[in-house]
Amino acid sequence: MSQLIFFILSSLTIVSALGVLFAKNPMYSVLSLIVCFFTVAGHYIMLNAQFLAIVHLIVYAGAIMVLFLFVVMLLNLNAETEPHKTSKLKFAAVIAGGVLFLTIIASLKAGIPVGYHLPAKSNIGLVEIVGQKLFTDFLLPFEVSSILFLSAMIGSVVLAKKEKR
Amino acid sequence: MENTIQTVPQNWYLLLSAFLFCIGVMGVLMRRNAIIILMCIELMLNSVNLLLVSFSAYNGNSDGQVFVFFIMVVAAAEVAVGLALLMSIYRNVASTDINVLNKLKW
Amino acid sequence: MTENILQDTALLKPALMVPLLPLVGFLINGLLGNKLPKSITGWLAALAVLGSFLCSVSIFNGLAAKDAIHIDLFNWISFGNTSIAFGLQIDSLTTTMLLVVTGIGFLIHLYSISYMHDDEGFTRFFTYLNLFIFFMLMLIMGSNYLMMFIGWEGVGLCSYLLIGFWFKNDAYNHAAKKAFVMNRIGDLGFLLGMFFMLFHFGTLDFDGVATAATGLGSNHILIVSITLLLFIGAMGKSAQIPLYTWLPDAMAGPTPVSALIHAATMVTAGIYMVVRSNVLFALAPHTLDVVLITGVATSVFAAVIGLMQNDIKKVLAYSTVSQLGLMFAALGLGAFSSGMFHVVTHAFFKALLFLGSGSVIHALHGEQDIRKMGGLAKKIKITYITFLIGSLAISGIPPFAGFFSKDEILAKAFEQNPLVWGILSISSMMTAFYMFRLVYLTFNGNFRGTEETKKHIHESPAIMTVPLIILAILSIIGGFMGLPEVLGFPHRFASYLSHITDASKNLLPTTHHLSHPTEYALIATAVIMAIAAIFYARNQYVTKGYLPSDDEKALPALQKAVANKFYVDEIYDKIFVKPIQVLSDLFLVLVDKLIIDLLVNATAWFVGLTGRTLRLLQTGNTGFYIFAMVSGMIILLLIRLFI
Repeated sequence: MSQLIFFILSSLTIVSALGVLFAKNPMYSVLSLIVCFFTVAGHYIMLNAQFLAIVHLIVYAGAIMVLFLFVVMLLNLNAETEPHKTSKLKFAAVIAGGVLFLTIIASLKAGIPVGYHLPAKSNIGLVEIVGQKLFTDFLLPFEVSSILFLSAMIGSVVLAKKEKR
Repeated sequence: MENTIQTVPQNWYLLLSAFLFCIGVMGVLMRRNAIIILMCIELMLNSVNLLLVSFSAYNGNSDGQVFVFFIMVVAAAEVAVGLALLMSIYRNVASTDINVLNKLKW
Repeated sequence: MTENILQDTALLKPALMVPLLPLVGFLINGLLGNKLPKSITGWLAALAVLGSFLCSVSIFNGLAAKDAIHIDLFNWISFGNTSIAFGLQIDSLTTTMLLVVTGIGFLIHLYSISYMHDDEGFTRFFTYLNLFIFFMLMLIMGSNYLMMFIGWEGVGLCSYLLIGFWFKNDAYNHAAKKAFVMNRIGDLGFLLGMFFMLFHFGTLDFDGVATAATGLGSNHILIVSITLLLFIGAMGKSAQIPLYTWLPDAMAGPTPVSALIHAATMVTAGIYMVVRSNVLFALAPHTLDVVLITGVATSVFAAVIGLMQNDIKKVLAYSTVSQLGLMFAALGLGAFSSGMFHVVTHAFFKALLFLGSGSVIHALHGEQDIRKMGGLAKKIKITYITFLIGSLAISGIPPFAGFFSKDEILAKAFEQNPLVWGILSISSMMTAFYMFRLVYLTFNGNFRGTEETKKHIHESPAIMTVPLIILAILSIIGGFMGLPEVLGFPHRFASYLSHITDASKNLLPTTHHLSHPTEYALIATAVIMAIAAIFYARNQYVTKGYLPSDDEKALPALQKAVANKFYVDEIYDKIFVKPIQVLSDLFLVLVDKLIIDLLVNATAWFVGLTGRTLRLLQTGNTGFYIFAMVSGMIILLLIRLFI
């Protein structure tokens, strides 16, 4: 059962990810990326990371992708304006990606063998557990990330603002 | 979903995230639209997140999930700043083609 | 050692306060001095030293002569089996020096408040002075040779800073550099001596070294070399032949500095060090012979040069060198307590003489040439009287302080070697002569300066004359600490130090004590010789009114040589300085320009070349950068895979 769900989710993930790549219209790219994020959230639920799945949906699908959509619409990008590389370069890119995949797989093989592991606690993905970790062991990084957000906010406002001529 | 861990080997997750990552890399190499490149970077980040979550689940330790949390934070910040940059670039050169941006050289 | 070591005592606090107060004074003046008014900085410095002095007095009162305080503040350096403590040690020898340094130090601080009043570096001056006092106290309070070395280097630094105090004058800077370099030569000896001790004895503690050395027995080659090296250190610091030439030049500093550093305290550090290691030196009679010969030679040599000097401070400087030679002669004779006694009395009257000369210079607005003085006796009476007392003391006229200490050394010399006695007596006689030559030329006769200066001659303010009077009183009564045994009084100074010097007394060959008539005869001879010298000086410079001529060429060859200090500076210049200059010029061309510069330039050229080549990789095409990044990732993973 679980294996079946895994295969369905994985194929959806890969197809939508490829869709991001090959869609001519940037709008379709964005939409297929949203699908991809939903399937990844499904993977998270399979892996008992319920809290993270929700956060993932909110942050990626809810916030980041909306941002992308906004920009795409704002700049009025469509298939006609889309710049394309020559097919030779595309071919080179696919080769490079394939070689990278092969080397990663090869180094995974050479690394520590992983497979079925000890029975895991099922509650590690709950809000309570993750929250406790976040506010005890990772309190300082948590606080620092708020500063990161603040600077990102200010930075994007400054950058996106129209310059006064 | 108690039994996922017992029935799906972790290797499969490793393969999936490796493949996702390579798709992201390919996208970065293939496309010239800076927005798509940014999206492909998101794809790569997601593959890493998936990897971390799978390790966290298979080792019964929630530290990995906390890291994913932080990666999301960084990704959100990065997208915000990156898109803002793109906006201002577009305003200047009326294009998001990265090949137009070739002033960064000797 | 036989002394009782007190670890926990009520004296601990004053003992720590002694070096701390000048340090605090230094820090306050050094850090905040520019913001404080002049009236505060000077008094602050003086009060810090006064506090030290009062603490020293309380230690002197509370500490029995046979006791010692050891304070190990912390373990400073430890390696292998050796550990060196950052420790202080206070015994009767330390206390003696403490009283001299802080007491005279305070008087000179007081004097300087007025003397330096119009100087723009007023605060800087007092900062340096306090720092000097701090280092001097570290030197005499350290419980091991390394602690002493800290102070030793520190006072050297302060001496450098203060000689070159008026750094706008190039000649003064050269004098400061000369003093520093000469001292470094000696310091190297000291340092090597310490390395020897550390290597062979495994300790630098005074007591530990003395015990270890006693185990080796007399005239062991190791002890002889250690003591010789230490003595080289003492030579540098205490201005002995051949390293004495820096001291007369050091007179470039302000006069209170000459009084404090180059007469009363720092230059006696060498003597203090030898007395501190008296057991070592007593175990090495060969070294003692070297010390004796050096001391006697320096004493006579400097006295001869002093005869012909015309600068009031230079005369006193050569006299200091000569007196230091006398002290070393005493040490060389094994009369350690006599040497220390002369250190103390010399500190009194030489500080007095320097401060007096400072008062004269002050009255004449910076004039230092005695040929342009004269007839000052009536105009600056207090200075004249105190200066006269100092001169009588240094000439060895009873009952002034110098008489007792000098006589003691001469008696010890006669016990062992009448020849040494003879030479030292002649040197004393010359001392009496040139001191009174100085007195008569300065204070008697008619004024020889300009009319303009004459109008402005004035006695110094009370804050300058009070230290003079106090020092004059000390120069009169200071000698009574150590009345000769022949007069039937106990020698209080020697017995106070006896715990320090007893250990070495048994190691030295015993000499027969002089019979009382002989001693009386010696005293009489010395006094008569001194008085004769004074009368000869009076005859020459008062009755005949002879004036040293300005024109050196007219002088006969011998006198000309003396007036030019036997051309020692010129000889050193020819033998050491010039060859080193030639050598360094050679190295400049051969090593520096040819090898080092070439290496450096070649490196720069190579970096430039690689930069020029590699920058071609920066195409500006973002796609290419990403491609390069991915290739890099693949390569890294492959490396991880196959290696």
